[in-house]
Amino acid sequence: MTDPSTVEHSALFGRLSLEAIPYHEPILVLTFIAIAIGGGAVLAIITRMGKWGYLWDEWFTSVDHKKIGIMYIVLATIMLLRGFSDALMMRLQQAMAFDGSRGYLPPEHYDQIFTAHGVIMVLFVAMPMIVGLFNIVVPLQIGARDVAFPFLNNFSFWMTAAGAGLLMASLFIGEFAKTGWLAYPPLSGINFSPGTGVDYYIWSLQIAGVGTLLSGVNFVVTIVKMRAPGMTLMKMPIFTWTALVTNILILAVFPVLTATLALLGLDRYFGMHFFTNDLGGNMMMYVNLIWIWGHPEVYILILPVFGVFSEVVATFSRKPLFGYSSMVYATLSIALLSYLVWLHHFFTMGSGASVNSFFAIATMIISIPTGVKIFNWLFTMYRGRIHFQVPMLWTMGFLLTFVTGGMTGVMLAVPPADFILHNSLFLVAHFHHVIIGGVVFGLFAGINYWCPKAIGFHLDPFWGKVSFWCWLSGFWVAFTPLYIMGLMGVTRRLSHFTDPSLQIWFQIALVGGILVLCGIVAFLIQIYVSIRDRERLRDTTGDPWDARTLEWSTASPPPHYNFAFTPIVYERDAWWDMKRRGFKRPEESFNQIHMPDNTATGIVLAGLSAVCGFGLVWHIWWMAILAFVGIVGATIWHTFNYNRDHYIPADDVAQTETAFIQQLGEHGAAT
Amino acid sequence: MSSSSDGRAGGHHDESVFVHGTEQGPADLPHATRKGYITGFVLSVILTIVPFWLVIGDVSLNKFAIVMLILGFGVVQIFVHVVYFLHMNSQSEQGWNLMAFLFTLILVTIALAGSIWIMFNMNLNMMPMSPLYSEEARAAMPELPLQPQGERKH
Amino acid sequence: MTDASSATAPQFFVSEEDHPDNGVMLGFWLYLMSDCLIFACLFACYAVYGQSYAAGPSGADLFNLPLIAVSTAALLLSSITYGFAVLEMLHQRKDAVLKWLAVTGCLGLAFLGLELYEFAHMVGEGAGPDRSAFLSSFFALVGTHGLHVTFGIVWLVVLMVQVNKFGLTGDNQRRLACLSMFWHFLDLVWIGVFSFVYLIGSMQ
Repeated sequence: MTDPSTVEHSALFGRLSLEAIPYHEPILVLTFIAIAIGGGAVLAIITRMGKWGYLWDEWFTSVDHKKIGIMYIVLATIMLLRGFSDALMMRLQQAMAFDGSRGYLPPEHYDQIFTAHGVIMVLFVAMPMIVGLFNIVVPLQIGARDVAFPFLNNFSFWMTAAGAGLLMASLFIGEFAKTGWLAYPPLSGINFSPGTGVDYYIWSLQIAGVGTLLSGVNFVVTIVKMRAPGMTLMKMPIFTWTALVTNILILAVFPVLTATLALLGLDRYFGMHFFTNDLGGNMMMYVNLIWIWGHPEVYILILPVFGVFSEVVATFSRKPLFGYSSMVYATLSIALLSYLVWLHHFFTMGSGASVNSFFAIATMIISIPTGVKIFNWLFTMYRGRIHFQVPMLWTMGFLLTFVTGGMTGVMLAVPPADFILHNSLFLVAHFHHVIIGGVVFGLFAGINYWCPKAIGFHLDPFWGKVSFWCWLSGFWVAFTPLYIMGLMGVTRRLSHFTDPSLQIWFQIALVGGILVLCGIVAFLIQIYVSIRDRERLRDTTGDPWDARTLEWSTASPPPHYNFAFTPIVYERDAWWDMKRRGFKRPEESFNQIHMPDNTATGIVLAGLSAVCGFGLVWHIWWMAILAFVGIVGATIWHTFNYNRDHYIPADDVAQTETAFIQQLGEHGAAT
Repeated sequence: MSSSSDGRAGGHHDESVFVHGTEQGPADLPHATRKGYITGFVLSVILTIVPFWLVIGDVSLNKFAIVMLILGFGVVQIFVHVVYFLHMNSQSEQGWNLMAFLFTLILVTIALAGSIWIMFNMNLNMMPMSPLYSEEARAAMPELPLQPQGERKH
Repeated sequence: MTDASSATAPQFFVSEEDHPDNGVMLGFWLYLMSDCLIFACLFACYAVYGQSYAAGPSGADLFNLPLIAVSTAALLLSSITYGFAVLEMLHQRKDAVLKWLAVTGCLGLAFLGLELYEFAHMVGEGAGPDRSAFLSSFFALVGTHGLHVTFGIVWLVVLMVQVNKFGLTGDNQRRLACLSMFWHFLDLVWIGVFSFVYLIGSMQ
């Protein structure tokens, strides 16, 4: 403020002025108009249908894990559209910007796009989608009525949404970081990024990080404490196992991200010298710390979808999963090893041969438990009666794609090779290979698999298959050229090129991007068609796939309380066992059920956090302070409320259960 | 990691009614005793005073030995606190507490040792980002921004 | 799958209303363990930057060990007084609990006061957090611990109000037990701080 070189700063608006609104950028203005019209239409429809009260009471303030799970997946889908638009814009830019043409994106805009693409896809698409699946599936799989801390669950969701909202605000107010998705200093330091972009980055990640960390606590406690009687650890479904290990990893590494970004913030806001070039700072320490989070983070993404594939393969092969115990131990060892390999992201920084060798070998070792898993899935399918439903197609696509993607990872784990390939398009191709071929395929498999359970009707299989084939072919067409160019030495993050012989490869990659676009459009059509034809696609049985685990023993969608009576577990595939041994649904002597109340505290706290973050980004100190005081005050106020639960009367339970049993009888379903 | 064999592994051991709060006296409270707190306190006082004395008092040991002693006392004191103040044992929360603590210790060790190893190795191989001033270099520089307060200890 | 043979089937559900264990204590412990990793990062920074003085003052120039001894004593005493509060809580003696909590809070405030005095003194001498990487890492580590203590005191005051108003109910007892874990956890961190930062730092 006293520094004359900084932009003008007013007490009321901080550094926010009309100049911050990018009305001179036609692309952004058009985007804004499109979003304003689209969003306005949605809001108008909700208002016209008088659904605001319903949304608020039944969804926004809900502490029901199934509804929170669905909200996570809706949020992730919206963010997927933003993240994918960024991807397509980059593909188009790189296919155009040759021979003196600078393309249609100015470099400073291009830089924001690749940063936003990475941040959004990892933290606001993949993460919420995964946490959404945990929410929908885990309590049902372990026979629980809800998670351990239902209010915290709602709060976690809204913190994630608040982080996403703050990030989206950067599109139209100010700018986003131009630093790449991990915001390495000194580029992200105050000298080289004096604008608001990095501050948006820091605060949206910090706010969302609180949500992620708390949902980690929530799920670990849920799985440890709330399993149905008889479900010992080695009788848990594999998806629950991977959820447990993933959430332990979240607890172990998200604090590291919080600390690292806080230190970067201290450098930027208070002129400290952690990662600066002068006065003893060392930017390599940032790289070191952020990858202590960053590497386990990719395992946080991939382990849950390993769980999804395990469930899907067993269900659609009509066989118990091959090598259950080895699957569990492989998951555990991958989790521990993932904490020992972070340096392979910066082999080239100059730590010397001993350090590089250690981390290279640890990295290569990870491929062993991963290989165990691949063989387990193959052996589960071997001599099984495979049903090629949509989730199974995604699984087969995954096996092929992920194995090859993993191989290129082992190539990059060799330090001398990495010295040549690092920062090249080869690397970009590799991590998209494992994240799309692994995480994205797994999420689509999971969504298609559990949708009948979560919302009560199937997703339309025809459009599901269209989406799958577009994604699979699109992925290979888009990223194979990047491998080739990477081997030729083309570096990443360039907005234009001088060598015209490269253009054809980028054009092929663009075609792949358009194929993936078709896949996403097909997915949206699939959702639309499924909602339109929901009566045709309705699941009346509660167990449409003839599956094996407890979530399929309830109605679809499950009643608010999940299980009228807590199940008792004897075998690994508990529901399969129950079906085999002639389980009969109880028809009388229902009890009243104790359930938590809905609360608006979560959405209020998250809203205040977003306001606080906005104030900090724009140096509007009064706003940040007021919002912070509000957060503390609302939290304390919340703790004075001791009555947070209610009982569902036994009659209501009896009514719901009788209706379900009647429905089963009408449709002639087994048990 | 196998859980109990009574068929109720999901953590339903206590027949307590204290789940939803309005009742008195949760069963999951620490098993604290006055004797435990006093023992812990006395041990902590000893374990705190000795390292302070090692530095403030003129102890004729070499520097490396003192550093190792301080760290050793610190580690012992941490365990004293964990046992006597945090009441950790292998029974509380069916051992999950202890397991979480040990797992955290492993991760903290990896993160600390790894960071130090990586960064010092890099400083060795590359030119340090900014010079680290040794005692001699500091002595050779008369114009320090801040004059040392009182005696310097070596 | 037929409905037959249900006579031979075992009991597949719990017929009474089923209450799992409360997970608050375990959940809070897990949160503390994750907090541990934040401190691990700050300690790692201090370990790496501990001698990056940038021609500025070092720990030996700045640290006032008698002052640190006093604040360490305050924190250690507050641990045992909190322990007494827990013991009184187990005997359902509300007034005694409030008394010991008040003593604990005062000791915490004394600790914070000494820390603020130390910080102000250092900044006044031109040894603020922007002076060198060493000082940045020092202020970040010690300051984060101080922020935790501040938060603990706010929580303690809120809990005193709640215990006073609603009595030692099951919920309040569990909250007191959680704050107990938090408070003793801060001791653990402080042991690391005074050993690694202050004692070893003043020898360099």
